[in-house]
Amino acid sequence: MTWDWGAVRAFMPHFFDGLLVTLQALALGSLISFALGLVWALLMRTPTRWVRWPVGVVTEFIRDTPLLVQLFFLFYVLPEWGLAFSALTTGVVAIGLHYSTYTMQVYRAGIDAVPPGQWEAATALSLPPRRTWTAVILPQAIRRVVPALGNYVIAMLKDTPMLMTITVLDMLGEARLFSQQHFQFTEPLTVIGVAFVLISYPASLLLRALERRLAR
Amino acid sequence: MPADIPLMKEPDAHARPPAATGELIRFEKVTKRFGDHTVLDELDFSVEAGRHVTLIGPSGSGKTTILRLLMTLDQPDEGTITVGGQRLFPAGEKQVGEIRKNIGMVFQQFNLFPNMKVLRNVTEAPVTVLRLSRDEAEQRARELLDLVGLGDHLDKYPSQLSGGQQQRVAIARALAMRPQVLLLDEVTSALDPELVAGVLDVLRDIARSTDITMLCVTHEMSFARDISDRVLMFDSGHVVEAGAPEKIFNDPEHTRTREFLSAVL
Repeated sequence: MTWDWGAVRAFMPHFFDGLLVTLQALALGSLISFALGLVWALLMRTPTRWVRWPVGVVTEFIRDTPLLVQLFFLFYVLPEWGLAFSALTTGVVAIGLHYSTYTMQVYRAGIDAVPPGQWEAATALSLPPRRTWTAVILPQAIRRVVPALGNYVIAMLKDTPMLMTITVLDMLGEARLFSQQHFQFTEPLTVIGVAFVLISYPASLLLRALERRLAR
Repeated sequence: MPADIPLMKEPDAHARPPAATGELIRFEKVTKRFGDHTVLDELDFSVEAGRHVTLIGPSGSGKTTILRLLMTLDQPDEGTITVGGQRLFPAGEKQVGEIRKNIGMVFQQFNLFPNMKVLRNVTEAPVTVLRLSRDEAEQRARELLDLVGLGDHLDKYPSQLSGGQQQRVAIARALAMRPQVLLLDEVTSALDPELVAGVLDVLRDIARSTDITMLCVTHEMSFARDISDRVLMFDSGHVVEAGAPEKIFNDPEHTRTREFLSAVL
């Protein structure tokens, strides 16, 4: 096995295309999972079980099935029902939806961790429920869960290569394409491996710093 | 401390039921159970407007529960509670909400909002609940924070203050709603001994200079003697003895009162 810098150079333009797609999928997937997870968590706290029960069943179902199966389902089955989206859109939605069932647990723990005295103080001041949530409970809960949410961002980053299976040209997709065209596997795969480390390691350092800051 | 306290109700203050003399709070046959444990057992008692009433008694005798029922943090299992002639329990949510605005509470653990600076802790409810303009609410908050000696700490977060300072902010926060009734739940119990005096001074000042009806649960007997005009001795969910502080502290009639006082004094 020989290392060919020429192959690395030739792969670079494709690598940057793939990197852009990976980062797009990661950013949008994160946003969806953060927003949707919060919605799930709040719905799970409504007093009516006619809301809690279906939300509980659906999110449990999503959490208990593999992301890859969900990707295939959204990509191959939904179009049969007339719902066709681009591969990247489908991938982003699948990642966001899948991870929202994890972030909802994070939010739930964060909300539960707000001391009962905060709710009581809000009641004693006659703050309406909506205001209690937006001004008192959620700011404290979210502050607590930022590090845990960050961990899921890193987990999502490492799941983005699955999008390759539905034809998205993310970093892995570009690497595979390049490899098959040039019969050179070592260089492109090594390059994207290093890229994953270069993204996720600083991200986890950043998270730890954030955690320390928020813990004060 | 300024002698002129800014929380005296002005004539144009939010319309309230006529600041009655006479009875303001009435409990009738109020029972509260937690599981098998009956905390309040058909309790009857009433408080007149403007009075400063202290509830004393051994732990678990139901004193704090009374405050929590009034603040609607807990609900009784049976009985009726009336405030200012209006039913607080049983009652519809709307009426409960109206009455609740006239009641403020200071907690043992302060319960300040840690995500808000001191000033915002005090202005939040007046702005969102009483619909004061931000300027008006801030002016009121500044006056109150001056009153409790924290006029220089408006821009700090609660975590940057000592327990005693936090508790004084909590007092200002409760007063900013201009309640008719102020409930004080063991407000010095969580404080280091050297910080207790500052909080009690503030409360003494408020008791002297306002017409707020105060109900306090405390283990500070000297404070109880000092600010209250009526002391209720509780035991096992009943009032065993009630009277002026001089009477209760110097010449208690009931054996349970004597036992309790000799244990805490």
